[in-house]
Amino acid sequence: MKSGKIPNQVLQVGLVFLIVGATMILVRQRFIPESFGELGHYRADAVEVNASHEIQFAGWQACAECHDDVVATKNSSFHRTLSCETCHGPAAEHAREEAEEDPPLPTGKELCLTCHRYLVSRPTGFPQIIEDRHEPAKACHSCHDPHDPVPSERPESCAGCHATISRVIAVSHHAPLDCEVCHEAEPEHFLRPRAHLPRKPFERDFCGNCHAAGIETPANFRGVDLTALDIPKIEQDTHGGTLLCWQCHYQHSPEAR
Amino acid sequence: MPKNYERREFLADLVKFPCATLLLGVSGPIKALASAGDEYQASEHHYAMGVQIEKCIGCGKCVEACKIENDVPMEPYYFRTWIERYIIYADGEVSVDSPNGGIDGFPPIESEKAILRTFFVPKLCNHCENPPCVQVCPVGATFKTQDGVILVDDDYCIGCRYCIQACPYGARFLDPRTHTAGKCTFCYHRITDGLLPACVEICPTQARIFGELDKLSTPLNRMMRQSNIQVLKAHMNTEPKVFYSDLDGEVR
Repeated sequence: MKSGKIPNQVLQVGLVFLIVGATMILVRQRFIPESFGELGHYRADAVEVNASHEIQFAGWQACAECHDDVVATKNSSFHRTLSCETCHGPAAEHAREEAEEDPPLPTGKELCLTCHRYLVSRPTGFPQIIEDRHEPAKACHSCHDPHDPVPSERPESCAGCHATISRVIAVSHHAPLDCEVCHEAEPEHFLRPRAHLPRKPFERDFCGNCHAAGIETPANFRGVDLTALDIPKIEQDTHGGTLLCWQCHYQHSPEAR
Repeated sequence: MPKNYERREFLADLVKFPCATLLLGVSGPIKALASAGDEYQASEHHYAMGVQIEKCIGCGKCVEACKIENDVPMEPYYFRTWIERYIIYADGEVSVDSPNGGIDGFPPIESEKAILRTFFVPKLCNHCENPPCVQVCPVGATFKTQDGVILVDDDYCIGCRYCIQACPYGARFLDPRTHTAGKCTFCYHRITDGLLPACVEICPTQARIFGELDKLSTPLNRMMRQSNIQVLKAHMNTEPKVFYSDLDGEVR
C-alpha cells in the first residue's frame, strides 16, 4: 500500500456514514415542519391557527353600537354585570349583520331560574326564589324588567334574598324572633342592598337583654312577647371572659342546650 | 481561518463590522415600525385568570358559552371549563358533583344530612407556568406561547393521550372527532383580538376575571391584591395561573 492513500475500509465506512447522514438530513427536512423551533419546541404557525378560530360571542360593546339605549339601561341596573349574550346567546354573526334570524328573546321562566332558583350552594344575599311559591303562574318579565330588574315591591320578608339564613333560623331556638329584632334595615336596603347594609348587634349587652341572669324576660321586646319561652340565662360578667357572644354561638341557630 | 491576521484584512474588517452592526441595529426598529399599529405582540402580554368563589352562583353559563365559542362536543365528558359543587356535611363528609359539567345548572341537594358549607368551584386549564402536559408531549404539539397560554397544535398532535394523563387538573380530553387533545386556550382567538374569553364575557356575576399578570392596574391585580389567593395543587409545583379567592381547604 502506497503511503498517503486512504485505506479502502475507511472509505467504505465513510461512505456508509455519508449516506446515513444525508438520509437523516433529508428525513428531518421532510418531516419537521417549516416553522418548528422558531419560538420554541413547537410549530410557530400553530399559534396563528389557534388565533384564527371564528368568534361566536361578540361582547357587549359590539351590542352597544346599535342598542346603546338598552345597554345603558342594563349597565346602570342590578344586571350591570351581565353581558347581553348571557341571556340572548352568541350574537357575533348578528353583529356582523350576517345572521338570518335575530338573537333569541327568552320569554319563559327557565332562563331566569338558571340563576335565581333557590340553591343552598349559591352565595348568601344573591336573590333567589322558590318557583312554586313565587308567583308560579306568571312569567318573570310580567313583573320584572330584565334590563332593569328591581323587586316590583319591597320584598315581604328577608327570606326573599336571605333564604339560607331564614331556613336555618326557622328550625332553631330563635325562630320566634323576626329579623328586625336584631337587624335594623333602612328601607333603602331593600332596593340597594349592598349600599345600605342593615345593622348588626355589636355588644354583649344586646344578647344580655334576654340572656343575662337576673334580667326579667321581656314581655315586650321590640314588639315580641318572650315570656312564654324558657330562655337560658348566663352570668354575663363571667361567662365567656372577654369573648363576644357570636364568637362561640351562631345566632341564627344557637347551639346551647 | 487565516494563520495570521494580515493588516490588510484587519483594516477591511474594521470597515465591515461597524456597517453590519449598524444595519442590524437599525433593522429592529424598522421592523417594529412596519408592524406597529394593530398587530398583536404576544411577548408584551402575560395572561392569567382569577376566580372569585364567593361570586359563583353555579348557573353553568360559562360552560355553555365555552362549548359554543370553541366548538367543543356538546355531549358530556368533553369540557374546557366546568363547575364543581362542593358540599361539606356537618359530619365531615365531603361530596363533589358536576352533573354534565354544570351546563344545565345543579339540582337541589338530596341528602337529609346537615350541611356545614357548600359552594361552587369553576375549573379550567390552569395554564401552568411549569406545565407537565408540555413536558410529556413527545412531538411538541402542546406548548406555552410567549404570552403564557398553553395551546395545542391540532395539526401536529398524534393523539397519544400522554398530556391527558399528565395534567393534574383533569383539564384535557381527547376530541372524539379529531382524536387530538382538547383544552382551554383562554379563547386565544378572542384575547388576541382584544376580547375577553367567552366564559369571562358571559359570567353574570363577574366571578371570573381575566387579565394581565405583569401590569399593575388591572382588574386581575386589583382582585389579587385584596383577596386571599390560592391555587389548586400548589404542592405539585406547576405554578398554576388560575388564581382562586377564598378557596375552601377541601377543594382539590
